[in-house]
Amino acid sequence: MLRFAARRVLLLVPILIGLSILVFLFVRALPGGPETALLGENATPERVAQVRELYGLDRPVYEQYLSYVQSVLSLDFGTSITTRQPVVEEIARRFPGTVELTVTAMLIAVAVGIPLGFVAARRYGSWVDNLSTAGSLLGIAIPVFALGYLLKYVFALKLGWFPTQGREDSLMFRNEHPTGFYVLDGIVTGNPEAAVDALRHLILPALALATIPLAFITRITRASVLEVAGEDYVRTAEAKGMTRPVITRRHILRNAMLPIVTVVGLQTGLLLSGAVLTETVFAFDGIGRFLAQAVFARDFPVIQAGILFLAVIFVLVNLLVDLSYGLLDPRVRTR
Amino acid sequence: MSLSGAEAQETELSQPEEARGGLLRDAFRRLRRSPQAIVGATLVLLFVFVAIFAPVLAPYSPTAQDLSQVRPGNFPGPSAEHLLGLDQLGRDELSRIIFGARYSLIIGVVSVTIGATVGMALGLLAGAFGGWVDSLVMRGADIMLAVPSLLLAIGIAALLGRSITSVMIAIGVVNIPVFARLLRGAMLSQRESDYALASRSLGVTKGRVVLKHVFPNSLAPVIVQATLALATAITEAAGLAFLGLGSPDPSIPEWGRMLAETNAYLASEPLLALWPGLAIVISVLGFYLLGEALREALDPKLRR
Amino acid sequence: MTVPGTAAVADAVPGAGSGTPLLEVRDLRVTFSSRGRRAVKAVDGVSLDVAAGSTVGIVGESGSGKSVTSLAALGLLGKRGVEVSGSVRFDGEDLLGMPEAELRALRGREIAMVFQDPMSSLNPVLTVGRQITEILERHRGLKGQDARDRAAELLVSVGIGDAVRRLKTYPHQLSGGMRQRVMIAMALACEPRLLIADEPTTALDVTISAQILELLRELVVGSQTALVLITHDLGVVAGLCDQVHVMYSGRIVESAPRRPLFADPQHPYTTGLLASVPRLDQARGIPLLPIPGSPSDTLPWVEGCAFAPRCTRQVPECLGAPPALLPARGAAGGAHLVRCVNPVEDGS
Repeated sequence: MLRFAARRVLLLVPILIGLSILVFLFVRALPGGPETALLGENATPERVAQVRELYGLDRPVYEQYLSYVQSVLSLDFGTSITTRQPVVEEIARRFPGTVELTVTAMLIAVAVGIPLGFVAARRYGSWVDNLSTAGSLLGIAIPVFALGYLLKYVFALKLGWFPTQGREDSLMFRNEHPTGFYVLDGIVTGNPEAAVDALRHLILPALALATIPLAFITRITRASVLEVAGEDYVRTAEAKGMTRPVITRRHILRNAMLPIVTVVGLQTGLLLSGAVLTETVFAFDGIGRFLAQAVFARDFPVIQAGILFLAVIFVLVNLLVDLSYGLLDPRVRTR
Repeated sequence: MSLSGAEAQETELSQPEEARGGLLRDAFRRLRRSPQAIVGATLVLLFVFVAIFAPVLAPYSPTAQDLSQVRPGNFPGPSAEHLLGLDQLGRDELSRIIFGARYSLIIGVVSVTIGATVGMALGLLAGAFGGWVDSLVMRGADIMLAVPSLLLAIGIAALLGRSITSVMIAIGVVNIPVFARLLRGAMLSQRESDYALASRSLGVTKGRVVLKHVFPNSLAPVIVQATLALATAITEAAGLAFLGLGSPDPSIPEWGRMLAETNAYLASEPLLALWPGLAIVISVLGFYLLGEALREALDPKLRR
Repeated sequence: MTVPGTAAVADAVPGAGSGTPLLEVRDLRVTFSSRGRRAVKAVDGVSLDVAAGSTVGIVGESGSGKSVTSLAALGLLGKRGVEVSGSVRFDGEDLLGMPEAELRALRGREIAMVFQDPMSSLNPVLTVGRQITEILERHRGLKGQDARDRAAELLVSVGIGDAVRRLKTYPHQLSGGMRQRVMIAMALACEPRLLIADEPTTALDVTISAQILELLRELVVGSQTALVLITHDLGVVAGLCDQVHVMYSGRIVESAPRRPLFADPQHPYTTGLLASVPRLDQARGIPLLPIPGSPSDTLPWVEGCAFAPRCTRQVPECLGAPPALLPARGAAGGAHLVRCVNPVEDGS
């Protein structure tokens, strides 16, 4: 198992290198050159010359790449054109918000999707099955921001059950954010109403974001359970007289989980990119919204750092998925 | 009761053309019977029809403004003359939705075509040559796939500037690794199949085997993927437009941007958000259903 | 529930001997139906008895219904699109109508099954040991080390050495023969009174097959466990079974104790099967005689004998009504039954 894990982690390296090359080229591919990327379009010639010297843009490419790698490794991603703050700080500040949002969304998707898919498979052809299929189709087809608007309109504007935007009611929190994870902050500072407030701000965006992964997870769970239930070894378990709960748990689910876990990993990518849209709809202060604003303002240092950051998270999550495969499927780890 | 003395058994190794013809006929038959396919195909045809005949179908011009009826915070809703009402600049919503179909269709088709052709070319090279070509292409695909597709598209579109072309290129590029992998994988499995080996042992050159047999038989998953990619492309294009990455011209009725513009008026005119959203859902659903139905129909494992 | 037009003669019951049989199957019928397709009668009125401690062979081609018979008896066929009628009694108790909980308690403990493909019949994510201990836990209440010890004993009894280490292996790490031994170990774990082996050697190559059959013989012959061996290979039953039933198209067409069946086969299908097997004592150069046609040549709506389309001895009566299973000629008398109006003559 350890060897398997080590091999998988090593495979990460070329991907990370590749990503860094991709981003490196990205900035230099901009019409107007990397100077535009760093300074924006309205830079004075003096500043352009300054930047050129500072970043060594007149030096050969491989030297530039090396210094780029250096700065990446020291977490220096430059300065945001719009806010004039170091990009790293801006991202770090907003990172917890996106984490809260995406983790909540994935929890919803998994907690609802897997049981739903399972029940749909067991009651194949019933109204539950058909309803879940219709529901998941709808979930796949609705763009996440459209759903966001729908939820916002119905539950926030019309019914008033939830706030329409933001992460918190600042009066409640009085700016005490030790961890940056607002729900946690409320608990940690002994301010439960604030925690609840943070949760209320979290629910609508999380629901909107969760819909697509939920739909896919339901579908794959249903398909996987159906396939596994028809396998010979399930028949063997029945012939051995094992009870239904045991067969479901030990034989069906344990084998059905494999493709489900893969899908969960892939869906994280959709969650991360969906966060950009959802956070915008709900003015939720996370990396997604920051990235969306940066796109609008052509703030390239932020755009490039934001995408790189989210991509790395995606890669790490998929690594986790790969490793968990090793735990779940002995055929993989014993080769 | 008839009974032939020595019945020739149907061989498993039928000629590839026969196998392909049989597969297509089978697939078509299955498609006709599947409700998923019928609904999907209907929605897709509806979408394409509306897009193509937009100028004829739309009652008004999508850009003509009639500000006389519009007051801040109060736009006329659906009426007899304007079935879906007017938007914030007094334009007929229905016409805008109808013309929006054109943009979605064009963007979808062009971007998937770009992604599919470049992707297939790379996949063909990788599958045909193997070796370092294969590794290079696959590593490149892996790296591109390490970035979530919408984010990659955002990055590329931001790079290329605000225009519909950059959206099409961005989504196209994002699709390249998927098609490359797909074709390469299909070719790899076909290459080792019995008929390919048999052909080669008969002296048919490798190139011919690849071009005339392996490649055509690898197309089924590509067709499925292209249909599903169209569904995703429409959503992604809407997402990019939502973020301001489409055409900078505010009069262009792109569904994603129309949705973005309604944010300010959501409380008073929620319907304006409903129509573009509904339009996107219907078109995406159509391609998705059709793609899934095609996948089931073309799956050789399901042949009886 | 007889089909109109059939003779009113009831089938004799194969294998009926003295005393209560362990397993009593009467007029078992299994029909599969799915939307858009005609219903298929997989088992069309099968009756047989299995005496305690005996070995019974059921022989037939694919499609003869031999596997479906045993699966139906144990309720393993699933509920959708399946209709089962008739009666199956184990030790006097009706299995078909039994409530699920009771049936589950019976399976694995009193009646066990070994299936054809040991690779797909074993759970790939559980160790071999776990798959054995789970049945011990379930039916015998053994836990932890006790269960593992017993599991190791079982592995040894089926000829797997280094048993303790093997308990921790996964199915994909074992060879085909070993996997089948594991299946047999699982089946015999609770010392069942009836073991049904459905094509246990078909997926294995010849030398391994022989070993597995030998293993089965050792474990079963002379013990209290009755064995029902389902196969398409007459050679397999010849060495192992006291009573043999030949099935074709969902019905038993001939049934006899071992010697009379091989010495004096009377159904054209049986003789066809025997004749199509090459024999060591045949002169060289004699062509093999296949049975003409294929099992799919049966026309389901024909009310007569299902084998008629392929039969070289067909007479007009064959197409009228399905023949009944009746005592055949010969000294075995009531023990040798054949379903044919024009059975093969003696010595031909």
